[in-house]
Amino acid sequence: LSPWVPVVGLEIHAQISSNSKLFSGSQVQFAAPPNSLVSFFDASLPGTLPVLNRRCVEAAVMTGLALNCSINKKSMFDRKHYFYADLPAGYQITQQRIPIAVNGSLSYSLCIGNKMSQVVTKTVRIKQIQLEQDSGKSLHDDTRSQTLVDLNRAGVGLMEVVMEPDMCCGEEAAAAVRELQLILQTLGSSQAVMAEGQLRVDANISVHHPGEPYGVRTEVKNINSIRFLAKAVDYEIQRQIEELENEGTILNETRAFDSKLGCTVPMRDKEGKQDYRFMPEPNLPPLILYDAKSLPANMNHEQVINIDWIHERLPDLPSVKRAKLVEQYGILPEHSFTLLNEDGLTEFFENVVRQTQMKPRKVIGWILNDLLCYLKQHSLTVKESPVSSFLLADLLNLLEKKEISAAAAKQVLTELWKGEGKNPLEIVKEKKLELIQDQKELEQICQAVIDGQENEVIMIVLG
Amino acid sequence: PKVTAEVLAHLEHLALVDFRDAEGVERLQKAIQFADQLQEVNTDGVEPMDSVLEDRCLYLREDNVTEGNCAKELLKNAREKVEEYFVAPPGNIPLPKLDEQQTSLQGS
Repeated sequence: LSPWVPVVGLEIHAQISSNSKLFSGSQVQFAAPPNSLVSFFDASLPGTLPVLNRRCVEAAVMTGLALNCSINKKSMFDRKHYFYADLPAGYQITQQRIPIAVNGSLSYSLCIGNKMSQVVTKTVRIKQIQLEQDSGKSLHDDTRSQTLVDLNRAGVGLMEVVMEPDMCCGEEAAAAVRELQLILQTLGSSQAVMAEGQLRVDANISVHHPGEPYGVRTEVKNINSIRFLAKAVDYEIQRQIEELENEGTILNETRAFDSKLGCTVPMRDKEGKQDYRFMPEPNLPPLILYDAKSLPANMNHEQVINIDWIHERLPDLPSVKRAKLVEQYGILPEHSFTLLNEDGLTEFFENVVRQTQMKPRKVIGWILNDLLCYLKQHSLTVKESPVSSFLLADLLNLLEKKEISAAAAKQVLTELWKGEGKNPLEIVKEKKLELIQDQKELEQICQAVIDGQENEVIMIVLG
Repeated sequence: PKVTAEVLAHLEHLALVDFRDAEGVERLQKAIQFADQLQEVNTDGVEPMDSVLEDRCLYLREDNVTEGNCAKELLKNAREKVEEYFVAPPGNIPLPKLDEQQTSLQGS
C-alpha cells in the first residue's frame, strides 16, 4: 500500500484586543447583557455607515510585522454576502482582494524524541492577514424551533490569519497555533483565549499519494481548544484515508468537530458551493499606510499610521525571549519552551534565580520537575502556587550551602506545598533534616549502625 | 444571452428574491442588457475604479467607547423577542450526531 501524505492548512480568526468595535463605537466585552453592546450600525439600521477604528489597523500591522509579512500600503475593504440570523446586514465587511498583510511566515517548534528532548523547528507560510467583522451569536432553541440572536459580538474586529497547507498532522497544527497564540498575546493585538472565542481555528484537510495531485479537501470547524485541534485534524486524516482505502470518495464539505465523540460530522448548511458575491465596500475608501519615507508632511498625525514607527516598538517575540533565556541562564532550548508555555513561569524562575546562589542550570530542574509537576497535578496556575519564589529560593539556598541533602530538600518542599506559612528553615529544624557536618558525630552514628548489625558486617567482611 | 432557469433559481436562492413570473424574468433580462452596454467601452490598460471615494482619505477613529447601551430601542423594531434577544427562525444547524459505533475509530 502506497503511503498517504496528509495536507493541513489553517484559517485562524483572532479577535482584536480593542475597546471598541472595528467600524463602530460600541464596546468590545465578553459576557454582557444581550444586545447591550450594539450600536445602530451593528444592528444594520438603514442610514448607518462604517467608521474604521485606528487601533484595529495598528493591531493588524503589528501582527503582520511579527509574522514577517509584507504590509500592503494600500489595502481595500469588500463585502462578503450570505444570509444568517447573526449577520444583520446580510454581508460581512472583509478584505478579500487586497488584505492588509501578505506573504509571511511563522516558525514553530516540536519536541520529539523519546524524552521529548529534541527540538525541531518548522515553518508554515502565512498567505495573508485580513481585517474583518465578527458576526453576532446565535442560540438555537430546538424545542421552540427558533434562534435567539445576540449582536454584542457583531462588528468586533477580527484578524483572519491564513496559513498555507504546509502542515501534515494534528501535532504540527497545534504547535503552530500555540506559537501564534503566544505571539498575539506578547504583541497584545489579541488576548487569543480560545475558551472565550477570541481565537477560532478552522482546519482544511486532504490526503494524497506522493507524486499525485492534492486530494479533495474538507473544512473542519467548531474546534474549541488546541488539544481538540490536534485530535480533530488527526481524526479527519484517518477518516479520509479509511474512506479512500475502502474505495469511497471525499466530499468537498464542511464538517464540525464533535469533542464528546472525538470525531467530525457533516454540517448541513454548507452543502454545495457558497457564492459570496464579493464586491468592493462602497462606503470605505482604500486604507493607506505610511512608512518613514512616504510620511506626508502636513497630515494630522492622528490620521496617519506609520509602519516603521510600529516596527520599532514591537516587543521581543517568544522566539527571541527563548533565545535570550537560553543565553542568559545556560538552560536548554526545550526548557525555554516550557517556561514560556506556562503563564508566569518565566517570571517565577527569574525571581528564584535572583534570590539564590544556586546556578540557574540547577534551579531550572526544581522549577520544571518539582514546582511545575505539582502545579499540574493540582491544576493550579503559577499565580496560585502555594510556594512563592521567595520560599523556593530560600530552600534552594539551604541545599546550596549543603545544610541539607537533595532528598531532604524534596521533603521540605512537600511540606511547603501545604502552605501552612512555615519557612524552609523552620521545617528543617522541625523534621531534623539538617546534614550532620561534625566528623565525630558521623563516626559515632556509623559505629552504632555497624555494632547493631554484627551478622551482616561479618558477611560483608568475608566477601 | 438568455437567463436560464438554473441561473434564475441560483439567483433566487442567493439573494432571496422572487422573480415571480415571466414579466419579472423579462425585466431582469432587460436590466442585464442595459448593464452590458458597459462592455462596449474599451478599458484596455485602464485601472478599474471601484469607488468614487478612492481619492478620499479614510478617516481613522480613536478607539473609544461612544455607542451602545440601547437594547430597548433596538428591540422596538423586533416583531418577536425573548428576554432582550432577537428571535429568528431556526437554520444552519449541524446534522444530528451519528451513533458512537459508526464514528469512533479504533484506538483513538
